[in-house]
Amino acid sequence: MKSIEELNFPSDVKYTDDHEWAKVEGDLVSVGISDYAQDQLGEIVFVEMPEIGDSFGQGDEFGSVESVKAVSEIFLPISGEIVEVNSELEDAPELVNTDCYNKGWLVKIKPQDLSEMDSLKDQAAYLEMLKG
Amino acid sequence: MTQPGTTGLIFNEPELWDKSREGRCGISIPRSDVPRADLDPALTGDAPELPQLSELDVVRHFVRLSQWNFSIDSGMYPLGSCTMKYNPKTNEVQAARKGFAAAHPLAGDEFSQGALKLMYELEQLLGEITGFPAVTLQPAAGAHGEFTGMLMIHAWHAKQGKQRSKILVPDTAHGTNPASASLCGYKSVNIKSGPKGILEPATVAEAMDEDTAGIMITNPNTLGLFEDNIKEVCDIVHAKGGLVYGDGANMNAVMGIIKPGELGIDVLHLNLHKTFSTPHGGGGPGSGPVAVVKDLIPFLPVPRVQKENDTYSFITNCPDSIGRMHTFYGHFGVMVKAFAYILSMGGDGLKRASQLAVLNANYIKESLKTTLDLPYDRPCMHECVFTDKGVQEYHISTMDMAKRLLDYGFHPPTVYFPLVVNAAFMVEPTETESKDDIDQFIEAVKAIVKEAASDPDKLKSAPYLPKVTRLDEVTAARKPCLKG
Repeated sequence: MKSIEELNFPSDVKYTDDHEWAKVEGDLVSVGISDYAQDQLGEIVFVEMPEIGDSFGQGDEFGSVESVKAVSEIFLPISGEIVEVNSELEDAPELVNTDCYNKGWLVKIKPQDLSEMDSLKDQAAYLEMLKG
Repeated sequence: MTQPGTTGLIFNEPELWDKSREGRCGISIPRSDVPRADLDPALTGDAPELPQLSELDVVRHFVRLSQWNFSIDSGMYPLGSCTMKYNPKTNEVQAARKGFAAAHPLAGDEFSQGALKLMYELEQLLGEITGFPAVTLQPAAGAHGEFTGMLMIHAWHAKQGKQRSKILVPDTAHGTNPASASLCGYKSVNIKSGPKGILEPATVAEAMDEDTAGIMITNPNTLGLFEDNIKEVCDIVHAKGGLVYGDGANMNAVMGIIKPGELGIDVLHLNLHKTFSTPHGGGGPGSGPVAVVKDLIPFLPVPRVQKENDTYSFITNCPDSIGRMHTFYGHFGVMVKAFAYILSMGGDGLKRASQLAVLNANYIKESLKTTLDLPYDRPCMHECVFTDKGVQEYHISTMDMAKRLLDYGFHPPTVYFPLVVNAAFMVEPTETESKDDIDQFIEAVKAIVKEAASDPDKLKSAPYLPKVTRLDEVTAARKPCLKG
C-alpha cells in the first residue's frame, strides 16, 4: 500500500467519508471510488453494479467492490437515478485500480438535488481526513 | 528458538485417472463357485467408469495429498473466529462405534432408543451450558443455525399479529448474520460499535424502533471483545418488542462462565464443530444447534425428541413449528463427538477450557502488542486482532506476514476480517496449544516483522517451503478455472 503522498486526489471531484468520489458532468454526476479506496482494497476482481433505472438516496448502498481481500459496499454520494453503468468493468475490473477517476468510473446518475454536492468534502478537506 | 517449519521431501502426485491401468485392481474377489445366472436386461447397464488401481496406488495417493496439507495434527492453527482446536481422538472412537455409525435413519423410534437418548441428553446438556430451556440439534452448521433462529424470530412476530421489516446487525457481528436475516425478508441495518470496540446502548436505542424485529449480536464479538453492555442492549430491544439473536460461534471463550440465556438473549446458535470439538475446516459436516427461550419453544423445527417414561420418540405434532430444517435429524455423527467431548471434559473441564483459551489469547496479545499494531488495547477474550500498520512503511501487508508464517510451520491466522479493523490479523490460539508452542508462534511473528524491515522482498513472495507457494489470487478471482 502507498502513503497518502503517493496517491492522487484531483481537485475537480468531491469526496465522501466512505471514499467515493462524485463529479458533475453537465446534467449528470459520475461516481467512482477514490485512489485511497482502491489502494486500500488492493487488486479488484469484481464490481457489482445496480440496474439502470434504480433510484437511491444519498448514502445508500448501490453495489459492492470485491478485491482479493474483501467485499466492500459502495455508497451513493448524492441521491439520484442510475442512468449509466460502466460495463467495461465487467471484463476489466482492474480499471478501478489503474485509473479510478477516468476509465474506472462506476456509475452515472441523474441527481435529484444537486445541492447535496455541497455536503461532500473537497480535495483539501478529504486529504485532511485521510491524514487524520 | 527452533521453529517447527523445515524442509522435507514432498511427492508429486498425479490424478487417480492418470494412474489408472487397464486390469489393475485393489482386491481379488474369490472365483465364483455357482453357475452364472444372467440378470433381467432391464436391470443392467454399462458398468460405472472407475479408475483401475491397486491398493498401494490408492494409499500413496491419499497419503501424499495429505502431506501437501496443513492440519491441526501437524501444527498450530490459530485461525481466528474459527476455533480450530485439537479434537481428542476419543470422540472419533465413540462416533465410530457400530451402534452409532451403522444406525439407520429409517429404523424407527423403537430400534433407535440409544441414538434418541443421546440426542435428548445432548439437548439437555447444551441447554444447561447456555441457560436455555430447549434446543434443536437439526441445523447443519452455524449459518444454517442462524437462519433457523431467524425463521423462529420471524414466525414469533407473525404470531404476534404484526411482522416487522428490519433487523439490527452491529459491524462486529459475523458476516453471515445479514444473509440469514435477508433470507427471512428482513433488511439489515448496520450499526457501528463504539470507540472501545463494543456496542454502546445509546447507538442501539437510536436505531431500535417498533418496525425492527430485533438485533443479531455476536458475543464475544469478532474483535474478540466481550460486549459489556449486553444486558442493557437486550433491555432496549425487548422494550420495543424486539427479540435478541445471539451468535454463539465464539462460545469457546465463555463456557461455564456466563449463560447467554441469563443475559437476555432469546435465541442462540452454537457451533458443535468449533466449541464442542468436532473436526471442521475440510468442508464439514458441521452442526449448529439452536437454543431458545420458553416463548419460542413452539416454533422449534420438527421432528423433536421427546422422553416419556424412559422411552424416547420423535414428535412432529407442533402446529407453530417452522418445519423441517434438514433431512432426517441433522448430522448425527457430529452430535456423538460433541456428546463424548462434553462428558469427557465435565462441567469443570469445559470452564477450564474457556479460561485457558482466554488466557492464551491474552498472552499472545500482550507478547505481540509492541511488535504488531493493536487497535483495541484492552483485555480480550479467546482471540486478539492486530493490524499491519507498523509494517506498512516497508510496503508489507497482513497477507505477506500471514503467508510467511507457513514457512515457519504455522497456519496463518484469519486475515482481513473483521472488516471493522483495517487489514486485520486475527489470532485465536485456543486452549489446546501449550505455552511452548505459543512461544514459538510469538517468536515466529517477531522474526517476520524483523524481516519486513530487513528483507521486504522476501516476504512479498512467501511462502517458500509448502508444496504450493504464493498463489496468484488475482488471476484466480478474475479468470476462475472452474474445472480440473
